[in-house]
Amino acid sequence: MKKAIKKDVLLGDEAVALAAFQAGLTAAFSYPGTPASEIMEYLIRLARQQGGVKATWCVNEKVAYEEALGVSFAGKRALVSMKHVGLNVAADPFMNSALTKILGGLVVVVADDPSMHSSQNEQDSRYYAHFARIFCLEPSNHQEAYEMTRVAFDLSEKYHIPILLRLVTRLSHSRSEVVYGDKRDPNPLRRGDWQDWTLLPANARRRFAALLDIQQDLVREANSSPFNSLTLSPTSSLGIITSGIGYNYVQENINDLDQPPSILKISTYPLPLELIQQLMSAAQEILIVEEGYPFIEERLRGLLGVQDKIIRGKLSGDLPLTGELTPDTVRAALGLAPLPRLEIEEKLLASRPPQLCPGCPHYDTFVALKEALKGYSQATVFSDIGCYTLGALPPLSAIDTCVCMGASVSMAKGGAEAGLFPSVAVIGDSTFTHSGMTPLLDAAAANVNMTVVIVDNAVVAMTGGQPTYATGERLAQICAGLGVAPEHIRQIIPLPKNKEVNSRVIKEEIEYPGTSVVISTRECIQEVKKRAKRR
Amino acid sequence: MKQDIILAGVGGQGILSIAFAIDMAALKQGLQFKQAEVHGMAQRGGAVQSHLRLADKKIYSDLIPKGQADLILSVEPLETIRYLDYLHPEGIIISSRHPYENIPDYPPLEKVLATISQFPRVKLIDSLSLAREAGSAVTQNMVLLGAASSFLIVEEAYLQEAIKELFGAKGERIVKMNLKAFELGRNKAGLGK
Ligand SMILES: Cc1ncc(C[n+]2csc(CCOP(=O)(O)OP(=O)(O)O)c2C)c(N)n1
Ligand code: SF4
Repeated sequence: MKKAIKKDVLLGDEAVALAAFQAGLTAAFSYPGTPASEIMEYLIRLARQQGGVKATWCVNEKVAYEEALGVSFAGKRALVSMKHVGLNVAADPFMNSALTKILGGLVVVVADDPSMHSSQNEQDSRYYAHFARIFCLEPSNHQEAYEMTRVAFDLSEKYHIPILLRLVTRLSHSRSEVVYGDKRDPNPLRRGDWQDWTLLPANARRRFAALLDIQQDLVREANSSPFNSLTLSPTSSLGIITSGIGYNYVQENINDLDQPPSILKISTYPLPLELIQQLMSAAQEILIVEEGYPFIEERLRGLLGVQDKIIRGKLSGDLPLTGELTPDTVRAALGLAPLPRLEIEEKLLASRPPQLCPGCPHYDTFVALKEALKGYSQATVFSDIGCYTLGALPPLSAIDTCVCMGASVSMAKGGAEAGLFPSVAVIGDSTFTHSGMTPLLDAAAANVNMTVVIVDNAVVAMTGGQPTYATGERLAQICAGLGVAPEHIRQIIPLPKNKEVNSRVIKEEIEYPGTSVVISTRECIQEVKKRAKRR
Repeated sequence: MKQDIILAGVGGQGILSIAFAIDMAALKQGLQFKQAEVHGMAQRGGAVQSHLRLADKKIYSDLIPKGQADLILSVEPLETIRYLDYLHPEGIIISSRHPYENIPDYPPLEKVLATISQFPRVKLIDSLSLAREAGSAVTQNMVLLGAASSFLIVEEAYLQEAIKELFGAKGERIVKMNLKAFELGRNKAGLGK
């Protein structure tokens, strides 16, 4: 009997989610972050429709990772997904989990954001996989994203390590057809051995040795992986080493070359050494096309370079060192002339940056805050990450910093200790519970002269409206629990009509010479709209 | 057979709905497609674009190379200009002539429209009044899809089916309104300024 082909139109993120769901997943964990959020959103939908899997938003990436690790200890399969900077937050469990003996398959999906479409930086997660000495898979298209995710669980259980799946924005947020397979049953419940999971020095040394021992096996796995492919050219002395979606841009242009070059497509890390050696002996000139940092290129060049070969890539300036690749930049690196296009006289371009929605609660909080800060020459607003970061742009121009999640509170403490007054932190409700609570405990313990304004819109708005776990009164209780004096935890409602009262409350708390909190609570307009539509 | 389309507009104007309708139609017709879209930060009233590629064979790049787009389909005239680099010398522009002015330095509209009109194959659509005629200003996206429909390699009937699926959950009235918007746009088909 011929089986019907099952296919669907999916985002790259959704292809990963579907694959995990079908790979016998028991639980998935994540904290929102563009471009990774749609993985969990899709898993939550699948779990709701079909059951059998727990899919949850967590309070931050470290917590998400550790919850997944607990699932693996219990012998079950787990997925943890995040954006690239999320892995910085989860770096501690990530690095250490490489030394545990992973029991149930653990797949870590990290979506990088070259070009910084929605991020503070464009760090390349392949370095993390290398750092932890684990195996990494990098798909170039939707079908591979699906298939690699399924294989990743098997590899994780085969080698007892977490497997990192690296995505990039262009794949995460691109939609295409995916052919999918059947669902596997979840693993039975078991328990890891304490000696493999308790990283006391004696165990950790043994476990690290075990990790080092399998490194050659991982290279062998890479050499024979069906996801890596080498095509040698009988005629061209050009060899291209390419990975991930860089491969697509090479393919897009390849037919315009006089001679088809040799191409090594890399989808695994560690690198497939044998295949690289074969390509190197077949080619005189090597072009490396990879999305992100020049990871492969650095390794290939080493410290001393490659004798008698020309190596081109990002380090040689043939491709840009920052920003995502495009079919056009790769075309130029291949030595091809740009495609013809019409030139027009005048471009008239005005940029159109994102902005706060009309009626946004953050706008009213900023207006009141700016009013309260009038007249203080040193007034500094340490901000954080969320919709309210858009308060940096005119007409508000209301914030001075945005570095990483939670940094507003800690930097305000540092700023105050350096002598800045008023030293104000502005932080969203979700960012506060993500990583603003711990620095507030620090600040309150020393009763540092600073004011934290929690801009509470009751949702994770920036990334599309995921749930948060503390809003309004609950936030006040948390702050009190962290040691802020209850009379200096004030609650306001950011509305245009409350501007004067609100700025007075903020000013009173600024004038209080200790740690104070103003919680400014009103629901995100987009959420209000969504709810109205549902009704 | 291939068709590369740049969809453009401002966050909230329903670019992704246009994309979705064309995707669904392509799927029904057995074409391959890839559609790169913008999520996150850029959706908040910022410039939004989507690269949509259709073909009867494997498509590699998610992004359209510059000079390769067969069509720019845009719900906002300034946003049309942003992607002119992508247009093939024989490519077609189908654009709203109605500006979305949420920035202080929006250039004079006549200049914007004149810039677009320098191209040989252009259709400027008064999408706002047609959308209102269909029942709501929010259907401008479907007006433009309708105006583009005769140039697309997907069949009109599939597009209409896709619109029904897309808005089905919102009820019969919304479906009808969007189909009407599509039809009003389609009746404006044919190039001319
Ligand atoms: C470590 C890390 N994780 C996730 C993100 C992505 N991200 C940016 S802002 C934000 C949430 C903001 O929520 P909230 O603080 O409630 O502010 P809102 O957008 O709702 O105003 C997230 C998840 C990030 N930049 N860094
Ligand atoms: S999505 Fe919500 S929080 Fe973000 S700008 Fe719009 S109203 Fe404000």
